[in-house]
Amino acid sequence: MKPAPFDYYAPTTVAEAVEKLAELGYAGKVLAGGQSLIPAMNFRMARPGALVDLGKIKELAYIKPQADGSVAIGTMTRDTAVEEDEFIRKNFPIVAETVSYIAHKQIRNRGSFGGAIAHADPAAQIPALAVLLDAKLKVLSTDGERWEDAVDFIIGPFMTTLEPQELLAEVVIPPLPANCGCSYQQVSRQKGGYAQAAAIAKVVMDGDKVKDAQVVLFSVGETPIRTEQPNKVLAGMVPSTELIESVAEYVGANECDPGTDLHGTEEYRRNLVKVLVRRALLDAIERAKK
Amino acid sequence: MAEKNVQKSLKRNEDPRLLVGKTTFIDDIDLPGMLHVAIKRSDYSHGRIVKLDVEEARKLPGVVAIYTAEDLGDYWRPGPLQVPPPTAIKGSVFHARPLECIAKNKVRFSGEPVAVVVAESRYIAEDALDHIILDVETLDYVGDLEKAIEPGAALIHEDLDSNLAADVVQEVGSWEKAVAEADLVVKRRLEVNRVAGGAMENRGFVAQWDENLQVLNCWATTQGPIPMRNSIANYLGLMENQVRLMNPAIGGGFGPKIMSSQIDDVVIPWIAIKLKRPVKWFEDRRENFLGTTSERDQVHYAEIALKKDGTILGVKDVMYHNTGAYNPYGMTVPLNTQTHTVSNYRVPNFFTEIKMVFTNQMVVTPVRGAGRSQGVFVMERLLDAAAKELGMDVVEIRRKNILSPEEFPLRTGVIGQDFVEGVLDNGNYPAALEKTVETIGYEKFKSEIQPKLRAEGKNVGIGICMFTEGTAVGPYEGAKVMVGVTGKVTVFTAYSNQGQGHYTTFAQVAADQLGVNVKDINVVIGDTGQWQWGVGAFASRGMTLVGTAIHNASLKVRQKALGLASKVLNTPEDELEMQDGVVRVADMPEKFVTLGELAQRSNPTRGTVEEGMEPGLEAASYYGPPHGATGYGCLGMIISVDAETAKPKIERLVMTDDCGTPVNPMIVDGQLHGGLQMGIGEAFYENLVYDDYGQLLSASFMDYLFPQASDMPDKFEINHMVTPSPLNPLGIKGVGEAGVIATPACFMQALEDALNIKGMEIVESSISPSKLYHYMEKAKSA
Repeated sequence: MKPAPFDYYAPTTVAEAVEKLAELGYAGKVLAGGQSLIPAMNFRMARPGALVDLGKIKELAYIKPQADGSVAIGTMTRDTAVEEDEFIRKNFPIVAETVSYIAHKQIRNRGSFGGAIAHADPAAQIPALAVLLDAKLKVLSTDGERWEDAVDFIIGPFMTTLEPQELLAEVVIPPLPANCGCSYQQVSRQKGGYAQAAAIAKVVMDGDKVKDAQVVLFSVGETPIRTEQPNKVLAGMVPSTELIESVAEYVGANECDPGTDLHGTEEYRRNLVKVLVRRALLDAIERAKK
Repeated sequence: MAEKNVQKSLKRNEDPRLLVGKTTFIDDIDLPGMLHVAIKRSDYSHGRIVKLDVEEARKLPGVVAIYTAEDLGDYWRPGPLQVPPPTAIKGSVFHARPLECIAKNKVRFSGEPVAVVVAESRYIAEDALDHIILDVETLDYVGDLEKAIEPGAALIHEDLDSNLAADVVQEVGSWEKAVAEADLVVKRRLEVNRVAGGAMENRGFVAQWDENLQVLNCWATTQGPIPMRNSIANYLGLMENQVRLMNPAIGGGFGPKIMSSQIDDVVIPWIAIKLKRPVKWFEDRRENFLGTTSERDQVHYAEIALKKDGTILGVKDVMYHNTGAYNPYGMTVPLNTQTHTVSNYRVPNFFTEIKMVFTNQMVVTPVRGAGRSQGVFVMERLLDAAAKELGMDVVEIRRKNILSPEEFPLRTGVIGQDFVEGVLDNGNYPAALEKTVETIGYEKFKSEIQPKLRAEGKNVGIGICMFTEGTAVGPYEGAKVMVGVTGKVTVFTAYSNQGQGHYTTFAQVAADQLGVNVKDINVVIGDTGQWQWGVGAFASRGMTLVGTAIHNASLKVRQKALGLASKVLNTPEDELEMQDGVVRVADMPEKFVTLGELAQRSNPTRGTVEEGMEPGLEAASYYGPPHGATGYGCLGMIISVDAETAKPKIERLVMTDDCGTPVNPMIVDGQLHGGLQMGIGEAFYENLVYDDYGQLLSASFMDYLFPQASDMPDKFEINHMVTPSPLNPLGIKGVGEAGVIATPACFMQALEDALNIKGMEIVESSISPSKLYHYMEKAKSA
């Protein structure tokens, strides 16, 4: 379990990094926290010709509250820093909560917030969170910068719109509206292990009625799945248990695509989606009312 | 009398060094000019080698040599059987097919070595693997234990008529008679899954040939240094003392590291001699999954015959035992299953048959539990099924059939892994059952707590299972105890320590006889240059066998010291006492001689000595029991289940265990905790899974789920019982495997009780939430 030979570069500025990426083209690969890429290289499933390590670029690690209430997170901000940040815990509690489910502390100390999105593992928490919260992504290259919505950025399992010469530099999460509640629900075989199914819900209430209900699933398809049924059925309604149950039932049957693997059958995982969507919606509504 | 050390929870002598990283594991060995090995393993599970081309790989810069079976020439030969066939059992059939160090002509499992790359670094060696071309004409994969021995199955060893590796029948009394007298016969097909040893440290081997001295130094992660050394010497045509094998520290063993005569110890020393450079091979985790032996995997057709009142009249069990592609370890595992099937109960008629089957999978050799778990799983599940059919309580049916203390020693009539008839030495099995029942509050749980929880819609259940643990089998172990001129003591063994605490417990035994501080005793482990005799760490036998040898050797040294001191102090021996490193006159403590001075006097450098004098304050001793000592215990679990997600949680886990005299109760607790954790892993997390072509799907920790601390219950509630074994002077029994044995059976029993779905019965030893979900759905729709 030793990687195939590769070249290694450790730029100290963003400018240097994008230049190096432009020079390397398809041979280059960005190394962020390395918690996914390095094991893949050790299994020789990934064989990049060269790594451009962002670890020494200080200007890529930050958490900056913006004037409009959004928060900008530098791509190299470690998961632990996000999880423990006071501003995030207060204004985006679902972000800290979701990040806490990523593997184990040692891995969160190394894993990076932006790296997880660029890696686009269908079983990863942060890409799903970025989709749910309508995150905007800043992408840099020697040609300048471009912005893209997280939901458009992720196009398949481990696939994004990122070109080889590009670098995901920043993630901006817009502010959560008033009367909003979120909930993270997952079932994994072990604490810190991959979810067999997971759902993150974001519900905005208007009095007794639901104003907006978003549920993103992950680990049950090729990308994070932004479901449609919850909002279709619940928006404008008083969310009864029966209604939520019917939504959950529908999502489990129609809006996910879990396969059968070593740890669970498709049928079991669809059942999990059903259970988790219900639990996430109920919990999010409860929190939104507080 | 000095204060005794045995039965005290002393802190471990070895821990300070381990905790600061100051010890030498095999991968710490780094010698000048050392070369590194990577092994090319077959990606095919079954087929004929058509082409094996290593020429491109040889050209890679930094590659020093590559060897295939062909390159080994006459040196290539299938390894010896490590455990002899069961000739003691009449009518037994056993087809010996020991391991091939490197596959020749044919590959028989995915992961079987086909070539060895030697390079200047491990990185380069792994790069070279990519350039080796292996073409195989594939043959049908044989993986199903029952279909494997049906006519028409592809033959794994083509010189045999079928894939049946062995057939061993043992019968006590008459099963036919039991059936004739029975009110009820309950039959079940039960499956036991396959698990890895999963030691934290993988396997490794380093060899260095000293051309001047003609000595081969080896370092290996082996559980059996002496047999491995002997195998190496035998292969190379060297005298045993020309090979020195060392392993001062090993990061866990759990069974698979007992194997020798494999690619590492056969081929690496040969390469080191050939290239005249030190050579290191160390497994990575993926290779450990693919290339290191593992265990369990049996299918049982089990029957129990009973009277209406729950009295057992007989048990019949026909098991299919997967031995993998070869059977180098004889029949140790399935024989353990046979001896442990009736476990704690009175079974007057018992029929048991092993059908050992070759498959295109990794070889099966013992993993902690080693066959015992399967036997106990079968018996406990049969009792649960019978209790259900009779409408009896699960504890009541056990009470009805459990052996009583008056029945010991009990000859079982079943020959075990040590090739002698099993004898249960002693114990109080009913007390262990009652203690667990009482601690966990079984009666109250069933009558008050559970009905209340059920009324609240909660699924919480309880399980109670018994087990025996055959331990401390022969043939023998030995040790030498020596007092040095500093008065400190060395205990020499060539045993192997994988973390069991021998550096402390062996010292505790010697300290009690010699009156020295435990910290002043240096235990030598894993060095065949310092001690020549012994067998190895398996079958929970170290403390009992080596410990007894140390005890007896220490007694001899004590006698020697007292004899010498008697002359020095001019006092009769019976007026002397040994304490605090001195021999002194009992009622005149100021009149003494130190052990160091006696050691000095025992080795005069001038003058004359009496005839027959033996120098040195030292003695050796050997110990081999007539048969093993049997530990036992009872497990209780309370499990809650989230019925929607089928996720269980262990709410309480109670264990009562009797391993005779616990030399260090803290270390015994550690063994029990570790065993329980492994048992929980087996029942709920771990699974070696092969696909339909014989590829191992769970070949990393991403897919092979290892139990974590966070998966464990908040605490293990342990009750100790102490019934000293009559077989050895300290009354010790083994304890290394106790925790693992009954855990799967108890887990399943508690799960069934928690869910309480009519007709839902778990007939396998490993369950995932997904599997449980389907059990529930199936039972509900039935």
